[in-house]
Amino acid sequence: MTQTLTHLEALESEAIHILREVAGQCQNPALLFSGGKDSLVLLRLAEKAFRPGRFPFPLVHIDTGHNYAEVIAFRDQRAEELGERLIVRSLEDSIAAGRIVLRSPGESRNRHQSVTLLDTVEEFKFDCLIGGARRDEEKARAKERIFSFRDEFGQWDPKNQRPELWNLYNARIHPGEHIRAFPISNWTELDVWQYIEDEGLELPSIYFAHEREVVVLSGGALLPVTSLTPVPAGAVSVRMSVRFRTVGDISCTAPVPSTAKTLAAIVKETATTEITERGATRLDDQTSEASMEQRKKEGYF
Amino acid sequence: MSHETIVDNGLLRFLTCGSVDDGKSTLIGRLLYDSKAILADALDALAVSSRKRGLEEVDLSLLTDGLSAEREQGITIDVAYRYFSTGTRKYILADAPGHEQYTRNMVTGASTADLAIVLIDARKGVLPQTRRHLTLAQVMGVRHVVVAINKMDLVGYDEATYQRIRAAVEPLAAKLGVTDLQFIPLSALKGDMVVDRGGQLGWYAGPTLMAYLEGLELGQEDLDAPFRFPVQLVCRPRTEALLDYRGYQGRIESGSVARGDVVTILPSGIRTTVRRVEFFGRDLLRGVVGQSVTLHLSDEVDVSRGDLIAGSVEAPARTRDLNATLCWFSERPLDPMSRLILRHGTREVRANVTAVLGRMDLQTLESVPAEELTMNDIATVSLRLQQPIAADPHSWVRSGGCFILIDEATNATVAAGLVLAQETY
Repeated sequence: MTQTLTHLEALESEAIHILREVAGQCQNPALLFSGGKDSLVLLRLAEKAFRPGRFPFPLVHIDTGHNYAEVIAFRDQRAEELGERLIVRSLEDSIAAGRIVLRSPGESRNRHQSVTLLDTVEEFKFDCLIGGARRDEEKARAKERIFSFRDEFGQWDPKNQRPELWNLYNARIHPGEHIRAFPISNWTELDVWQYIEDEGLELPSIYFAHEREVVVLSGGALLPVTSLTPVPAGAVSVRMSVRFRTVGDISCTAPVPSTAKTLAAIVKETATTEITERGATRLDDQTSEASMEQRKKEGYF
Repeated sequence: MSHETIVDNGLLRFLTCGSVDDGKSTLIGRLLYDSKAILADALDALAVSSRKRGLEEVDLSLLTDGLSAEREQGITIDVAYRYFSTGTRKYILADAPGHEQYTRNMVTGASTADLAIVLIDARKGVLPQTRRHLTLAQVMGVRHVVVAINKMDLVGYDEATYQRIRAAVEPLAAKLGVTDLQFIPLSALKGDMVVDRGGQLGWYAGPTLMAYLEGLELGQEDLDAPFRFPVQLVCRPRTEALLDYRGYQGRIESGSVARGDVVTILPSGIRTTVRRVEFFGRDLLRGVVGQSVTLHLSDEVDVSRGDLIAGSVEAPARTRDLNATLCWFSERPLDPMSRLILRHGTREVRANVTAVLGRMDLQTLESVPAEELTMNDIATVSLRLQQPIAADPHSWVRSGGCFILIDEATNATVAAGLVLAQETY
C-alpha cells in the first residue's frame, strides 16, 4: 500500500463516497442501469460501497425497445448475479398509454426516454436517480454538479445550480423534486476503460471489435445496418471491423472502426483518439449545438 | 490497481484563475493538446506520429471552442471542468471565471484544488485581479500557487519584465502567507515553457509548467495530519452468516488509520480502538487519506451517521460557538431571521449567524466593518449552533475545518465556511 492513491484509486474512492452520501441523505434513491459500460462501472462501485450489505436502492432501466439484444441479456444476467432488484420501464408502454407520441415509427426514441423516466420517478416516488454520466462527455455535462437538482417537473436549470464545495453535497429537496447524482462525473472515457481492465469487469460483446455491416455516412460516422436502421436509399453498405464506444438506443448509437479485441487494445485506442466519445458515436447530439443541454433541461439523464 | 509499465502519480486537481484577456483559454487548449502527445508516448500507442508537441501552428481554439460557446450562452458564471492525463498523472482542471462578480465560482473551484495557476499578462503586470486571485486561493487553503507570466512572446521574451512582475508579486504573497509559490514565464500561444522549453527563454532555469505539475508531491500534509473519519453509514447486514458484522462506512478525510489505533467518537466523546480497516472484504494494514473504507471498532459503541471518528491524540474539541470565514453565495443577503443548517462532514445542525465581524474589501484586501452579507462577500462571522460539532481550525486540518450553510426554507447552499477559532463547549 503506497502512501498516496493512484488516480484510479482516488476516483474510485470519490465515487464510493458519493454513493454512500446518496444512501445517507436520500430516502428512496435508484440507480440507472442500462447494461452499458458506465453503468457496469457504477455497479462495481456500489458493490465496493455497500458490501457485504445489500444495495440501498433498486436498479432501474428505461428500455426504449430499441436496444441491442446482447446488452439486454447482459443487463438481466448482471442484475441476477448481484441479487439486486431490477425495475424495467419501457417506452412501448408509454407510447401505448399515449404519454409519448412518435412523429414517425422509425423516429429515434432517445429523446423520448425523458417521459418514461420522469413517469417512473413519479410511480416509485424516487427522490434521487444515480447515473453514470461523465463531465468529459459533452460540454453541458462539464458544468453539471455531482448532486444535480431537478425541480418538480424534472427540469435542470443550468443557470441556477447549487454551489458544490469540497465533498459536502447537498441533497435536500422538497416533495416532488429530485436529485440526479453522478458518482463518476470526474472520470474520463479512458479512466472507465482502465478501471474495467483493472477490475476485470465483463462487458457486452459489442464493445469489442467485430465484423458488422455498416454504411459510411457523409460526415464519416458509421450507420449500423439493422432492421431499425436499413441501408438508406442510394447508399451502399460494407462489412468492416468495428466496436461500440457507447451503447444506447440502436437508432442513434454508431460504432467506430476498430480492431481492438481486448481491453488493453481499447485502452490504447482511447488514449490516442482525436474524437470525443459522443462526437464519434452519437447520431443525435450533432443535430444542434446545444442539443444535450436542451434534453437535460427537459429531464433527460 | 497498477499498470506495470507506467508509474501512477495520482490525481492533481487545479484551478486556473484569469480572464480570456490573460490567455487562459489558450493555455488550457495548450495543456489539453500537448498532454495528449505525452499520454500517447507513455502508453506507447500507435497514433503518436500524427501529433507533435509544441507546434506553433496548432489551432488551439478547436479545443477551447466549448469555452467560448458557454460564454455566449451566458453560463460562463459557472465552473467548467476539463480533464487530461499524461499517463503518469491525471489532471482535473477547474476553469472558473476570474471577475469579481464571480468570486463565488472561483471559491467553488478552489475548494477542491491542490494548486492554483494565477495568470498574469506580461504586458500588463500585476492587476487588482491578480491580488484578488492570490487572496482567494490563500483563503481557501490552496496549497500550491503557480504564477504564470504569460504572453512572453509579446514582450520579446524579456527577462527584466519577468523579474519586475516577480518582484511585485513576492511581497504580496508573503503578506498573504502563501508558502509554496512558483513563477514560470511562458507563452501559451507559442508553446514556450508549457510542455516544451522552446528556444526563447534560455535565461529561465526553472521547470516548465508541465514539468512542475508532473513533479509536484501531493498529499503528504493531509497524510501527516490527524485522523478524521466522518461516518456516512453503518453497515449491519444481519444475515445469518454476518450476524455480528457492524462496519462504519466513510472516507478518511485526513491522516491515516490502522488496526489498534485509539480513536474517539464525537460528539459523544467515547474512546475505543480500531479492530479492522476493511475495503471490499479485504483487510488493509493502514487506511490513508482519500480512501473510502469500512472501520470496525473493538467495542459495541453507539455510532451513527453524523458522528466523527477521530484519532484520540489531537481530537477536535466539541463546540457550539464558531468564528469562521464565510463566502456568501446567495443572491439574497443574509437574513437574521432565516433558518440555516450547517453541514460539517456528515453532521447537520441548526446555526445562527450571531455577528458579522468584518468584510474583506477585495480591492484593498483589508477587513472593513460590515452589517450584512451580500452575494460574493468574504466575511468573518460568529456562529451559534443548536448542537455541538467537533471542528478543527481550517488552517490546521483542512477537511475538519470546512462547512457549508443551507437555507432550510429553499434548501439552497448559501455559504461556504472555514473555521477560524473555536470555543470549547
